[in-house]
Amino acid sequence: MKKLKLATVWLDGCSGCHMSLLDLDGAIIPIVRKVDIVYGPLVDAQEFPEEVDVTLVEGAISTQEDVERLQQIRARSKMLVSLGDCAVTGNVAAMRNVFPVNQLLQRIYVEGADADPGIPHDGLPQLSKQARPAQDFVKVDVCLPGCPPQNKVIAGFLNNLLEGRKPEANQKIKFG
Amino acid sequence: MKRITIEPVSRIEGHGKITIQLDDAGKVADTKFQVTQVRGFEKFTEGRPFYEMPGITSRICGICPISHQLAASKACDAIMAVRIPPAAQLLREIIHCAQVVQSHALSFFYLSAPDLLLGMDHDPATRNVAGLIEANPELARAGIELRKFGLLVIEGLAEERVHPAWIVPGGVKSPMTAQARDRFLAAIPQAMATTEKTLGIFKGLLDSFTEEIANFGSAPTMYAGLVDSAGHMQLYDGLLRFRAADGSVLQEGVAAADYAKFIGEATVSDSYLKAPFYRPQGWPEGIYRVGALARINVAEAMGTPRADAELQEFRQRFGRMAHSSFLYHYARLIEMVYGLEAMQLLLQQPDALDTHVRAEAGVNALEGVGMIEAPRGTLIHHYKVDENGAITWANLIVATGHNNRAIGDGVRQVAEHFIHGDKLEEGMLNRVSALVRAYDPCLSCSTHAIGVPALDISLIDAKGVLLDRLRSE
Repeated sequence: MKKLKLATVWLDGCSGCHMSLLDLDGAIIPIVRKVDIVYGPLVDAQEFPEEVDVTLVEGAISTQEDVERLQQIRARSKMLVSLGDCAVTGNVAAMRNVFPVNQLLQRIYVEGADADPGIPHDGLPQLSKQARPAQDFVKVDVCLPGCPPQNKVIAGFLNNLLEGRKPEANQKIKFG
Repeated sequence: MKRITIEPVSRIEGHGKITIQLDDAGKVADTKFQVTQVRGFEKFTEGRPFYEMPGITSRICGICPISHQLAASKACDAIMAVRIPPAAQLLREIIHCAQVVQSHALSFFYLSAPDLLLGMDHDPATRNVAGLIEANPELARAGIELRKFGLLVIEGLAEERVHPAWIVPGGVKSPMTAQARDRFLAAIPQAMATTEKTLGIFKGLLDSFTEEIANFGSAPTMYAGLVDSAGHMQLYDGLLRFRAADGSVLQEGVAAADYAKFIGEATVSDSYLKAPFYRPQGWPEGIYRVGALARINVAEAMGTPRADAELQEFRQRFGRMAHSSFLYHYARLIEMVYGLEAMQLLLQQPDALDTHVRAEAGVNALEGVGMIEAPRGTLIHHYKVDENGAITWANLIVATGHNNRAIGDGVRQVAEHFIHGDKLEEGMLNRVSALVRAYDPCLSCSTHAIGVPALDISLIDAKGVLLDRLRSE
């Protein structure tokens, strides 16, 4: 049987959703054996592959680079999953949205500097005006909410996929 | 001139970028380590009630949320001007030990073991935890179980593994039951056996990494870490000590509230990660390191028997002050032994089951600082509030920030040693990434960065012509 190609991506988030994925503990071993993890924070991979079956996206979309990356991921993934509240709603990442970007950078890098104050700019992506959820930019097929989504929700989703059932968030879920 | 870019650096917690500039002779002329995103917690927490800070700042990092909750809660304790109940103090320390064990297990088994056990030059397609599961299922499973042990203690106390809402200003939300304590105590021997076995395997590998040990960010620096009055390592409490590269103590007894007298922060024009420095020496001279290696250099001893035996053996091998960043791996393993021993002692304290676990108070001071040793080093949360308890100002100094300069210097040393000429080999560049991995940097913590792993290295000449390109596929 052809292995399912799974990718995971971490954008403007805290990695807690990826930790919840690892919180499958030993149950991750049979899953890892049934899928090819073709891209993600735990593997030394490659640029995002041309064809991926399922991509889990953690985090909000905070820069133009994030937008471009998300669009490429969408084009190359058969199923795109928003993993966790930041990807689903913006969540904590979007708490910055009420402040202008310049005020935020000024506070940290100018007022908050004891030496060489100045907003960093050299070769760095610029923050967008707002951190926004994935579905504001691309079609999202499945949302797994939670901060983070519970490990059993992620396990249920992956096992549904592997056993050919329609993925649905049919277990206990929570926002926040 | 040619330029090599490694972006993003893989198997680290966050998004970093490394650029290596080669001269016409193919020698390394310059290197740059950049962190490429910022999230703005210090600004957007303005106006929030102070007691929300543990919950909000927990979302800085899903790997060590407990660290942020502890530092935030300590800052809030200071704003409330309370001394938390003895049981709350014990329970916070217990959950902190659990977190250090799980975080160090993640760093070792999931992120760095592929380099250490499969090899720096191993095929990048399988140089990961899935490859480790295939190559050495017994060890991989043991690593998964060890991480799980730490998380079961966290879950057993706090109900959830990631971002629980249990550590609160004034203490913790609920006491520990005798059943939970007994369950944790019963699981410690197996966790200790796994840790000691792993330490044995790691020590057996040291001889095959002599070149890395000699060239991985081995330049001497100052170090900072928390110690108690006997000079023993502390993770939750204690005072900050700065020790010079030659082993002399530069500064003793810095309390959380006084951190700003000794630590300044510099902005760097090409990174969203600010660089803290030791104020008495100024910027950029005042470079120092934090984290596991710094802690064992700073402390006289760990204060628990097995960890002290390991520390003694470590010092016999590498001297009283060990400077190679490769040895962060070793120091983390010793700290896991310490974390398990310390947890056992704390669990056995009679007060640990006391049901008085939370002090209640309103705003009694308009400013508070919390300082702890997070798994990756000294973590400082500093808040100011108005009379109503709304945050008016916040400053966060996060572990990886302190190491910013040292990581940058280490990247340069590794690149100079391992990269030669026009022809790239993947293993050369993996060593540059592995230097960054040795610090177990939490770039997500430090600036709250994005992390997308990939290895795509281009060697480009001054006219922009692609000379060589290397991708792991």
